[in-house]
Amino acid sequence: MVLNCKHVWDQISNYIEGDVDPELREAIETHLAHCRHCAAVLDSTRNILILVGDDRTFEIPVGYSDRLHARVQQEIMSSG
Amino acid sequence: MVGVAVAVRDAELITRILAGERELFHELVQPYEKSLYFATFSILQNEQDAEDAAQEAVLKALKNLGNFRAESKFSTWLVSIAVNEARARLRHARVLKFESVDESPPDEEGGGFTPSVISDWREVPLQALERKELRQLLQKAIASLPEIYREVLLLRDVEEFSIAEAAAALEVSEGVVKTRLLRARLMMQKILAPQLASKRSGLFGLFRNRAGGSWF
Repeated sequence: MVLNCKHVWDQISNYIEGDVDPELREAIETHLAHCRHCAAVLDSTRNILILVGDDRTFEIPVGYSDRLHARVQQEIMSSG
Repeated sequence: MVGVAVAVRDAELITRILAGERELFHELVQPYEKSLYFATFSILQNEQDAEDAAQEAVLKALKNLGNFRAESKFSTWLVSIAVNEARARLRHARVLKFESVDESPPDEEGGGFTPSVISDWREVPLQALERKELRQLLQKAIASLPEIYREVLLLRDVEEFSIAEAAAALEVSEGVVKTRLLRARLMMQKILAPQLASKRSGLFGLFRNRAGGSWF
């Protein structure tokens, strides 16, 4: 199986998931070994997803947790 | 705590809460409260609305705790409630603005989308998230995605739902989740890679160590 760049991009998400069959995985890896553009696309995508998934990416409003638990407490008291 | 330990902890707390120790609900939701906010904020894109929706989701979870079935993770169940709450609010806001609620479905084909073709990529270290500029870039990129792509990215890559869990939460097939996820991830790459990789842009200095000029 010989893949061009577009085939690799179409599979990049499944590849990151580990959701490609062994034959396809091998074909993708063969392509990646010889194509620095696709290798950079894969590395950048993966890295960006790691950054996106980091807790620090989103800021929680000051006092969010206190207000949340105050609401919970109110509910517990009123319905308990 | 990972996996099984978390499930056991949650299951024990839930049993005790349902048996009357309702105060323990604070302890049950505490590890997930940030996740709830990430979910509602990603969808609503407004701090106050996101906080209100997260609170409402937690109260609904408390009221409906008896309906929770242990075959799914408590965190998944809770975040799914938050996602539904946020989506309902978004729909309601659109109706109030007399906007059409039936969005014309964007092209669902995952293929045909071109990433940003760069020849070199230097990893952006996680410590760089301490910099506000990077956080803002990431948030802006997420905010710019159409809703259906933002949702799958949030559930899979932020909340770490499985494909099957994301499909259940969004009430679409796993195939649709995968297709949207491909598009969402390539969109993020296309928006962010040039900004994060370009040596000529002003952002280059963002990842440099001031003293040595080396990457950390």
